[in-house]
Amino acid sequence: MNLVARRVLPPVVLGVVALVIWQATVTVLAIPELVLPSPSAILAETLAYLPVLVSAALVTGWNALVGLVIGSVLGIALALVAANARVFDELTVPLVAALAVIPIVALAPVLYTMFGADLQSARQVVAGISVFVPVFLNTLRGLRQTRPVHRDLMRAYAATRRQAMRTVTLPTARPFIFTGLRIASSLSVIAALVAEYFGGPRGGLGTFITASVAGSDYARAWSYVLASIVLGLIFYLAALAVETLALRRRPA
Amino acid sequence: MSTTETTAPPGRADAGVPAVAVAGLDKTFTTSDGLTQALEGIDLAVAAGEFVSLIGPSGCGKSTLLRIIADLERPTSGEVRVFGTSAPQARLDQAYGIAFQQAGLLGWRTVAANVELPLELHGVGRSERRTRSAELLDLVGLSEFAARFPDQLSGGMQQRVAIARALAERPRLLLMDEPFGALDEMTRERMQTELARISAETGAAVVFVTHSISEAAFLSDRVVVMSPRPGRVTTTVTTGLGPVGQRTDALREDPRFFEAVTAIREALHAGSAGGSGEAT
Repeated sequence: MNLVARRVLPPVVLGVVALVIWQATVTVLAIPELVLPSPSAILAETLAYLPVLVSAALVTGWNALVGLVIGSVLGIALALVAANARVFDELTVPLVAALAVIPIVALAPVLYTMFGADLQSARQVVAGISVFVPVFLNTLRGLRQTRPVHRDLMRAYAATRRQAMRTVTLPTARPFIFTGLRIASSLSVIAALVAEYFGGPRGGLGTFITASVAGSDYARAWSYVLASIVLGLIFYLAALAVETLALRRRPA
Repeated sequence: MSTTETTAPPGRADAGVPAVAVAGLDKTFTTSDGLTQALEGIDLAVAAGEFVSLIGPSGCGKSTLLRIIADLERPTSGEVRVFGTSAPQARLDQAYGIAFQQAGLLGWRTVAANVELPLELHGVGRSERRTRSAELLDLVGLSEFAARFPDQLSGGMQQRVAIARALAERPRLLLMDEPFGALDEMTRERMQTELARISAETGAAVVFVTHSISEAAFLSDRVVVMSPRPGRVTTTVTTGLGPVGQRTDALREDPRFFEAVTAIREALHAGSAGGSGEAT
């Protein structure tokens, strides 16, 4: 209890103090909303548009989730193939490294024309590719961490490849896979949201942010930003919870 | 020192087939500076139930020899038979149990589940596995730690778990590669005493790699002394200290033990001098 209070209280206090200073600065200096809206104005917009915010967050969140699931499944599956087949490994790893350098959201406009501008698919693909890279690289790295003594043991036990994979290689890789997924969880939201900046169907948080700015509703734009932060946080915390649960020891 | 050829102590011998028979074994490694002769012309016989140590300075190939017997590495030439079958076949038949310098426990499994690992891999049912791991943990004195995880155990305890795991399938041959090498001296002596008891109780032959002279003397029926570059067997010392199972800490202060230690030490020194031409 005391520990929680000591760890949670200081950042909360700091946050509140920052908000108060922000509010005071905007009010006292009469800063125009165009430059920086006050926290109270943002809060008022957030409350007023809450149902719209939620539905927009659901649209963006769904795109991110679809991308996260597909990208992760592909990332883990291909890493497994690469770890087991040297040829495939040598083919893919440089390509994935190159993929990591490409700003993937930059593909969004191209993908819109590919999939048709009125579908969410392009955004899901963008999110999926962004997710694929860290999941693939971390999983592959994890699959390479098997200790020589464990490899010797598996050979001494005449274990099949499948048995060695299940008893030693995968459990060793597990923390690495979850690190990849945790990074991917916030990336998926960022990718899905930023992809909306480049056009495509309306309805997500990204489109509302650009629309609000275009309509000079700066406080409302900020309330959408706030919703984006919350959405990203939910994804991250969910991934963290899954990780904690999965890595928690249970007597076999 | 006994000079007889029948080295297996009474009551532990299996009829006929030696546990390990190595003949004319060579092993060459390819390294960046060309070929390295790791082992040359090795002949070695370990009778059923016999405790044989391989001792020698670093680089004499003692671990490599053990790994070849275990079929973790292939010989360049020569023959290895384990209970009359080829080394690869013996591995597939699970003819031996093995322990390394690192305990090599799986950190995500409990102590009991680690001991049960080989049984699980070979399709032994759950209840039988439970019974066997309980027996084995009792044998190594770790019954109350069955539900713990390896990182909650000391190095010596982890190594005991690894030995229990090596014994899980009642192998008639135990291969041990410096299993106590990373332990402190006190723990090490205690582990040696325990291993002497365990090896007698199980009746398994043991091939034990070490670089400790006293450890080799205390545990072994015979000590095979090796020299480096290229790895060769220079001498075999028969300790003549009686059945391994009856060796207790009292033996460590017995003059016969010191004699065995001296014999091994002299053989080791003669062996390293032998590299410069002196014959043994």
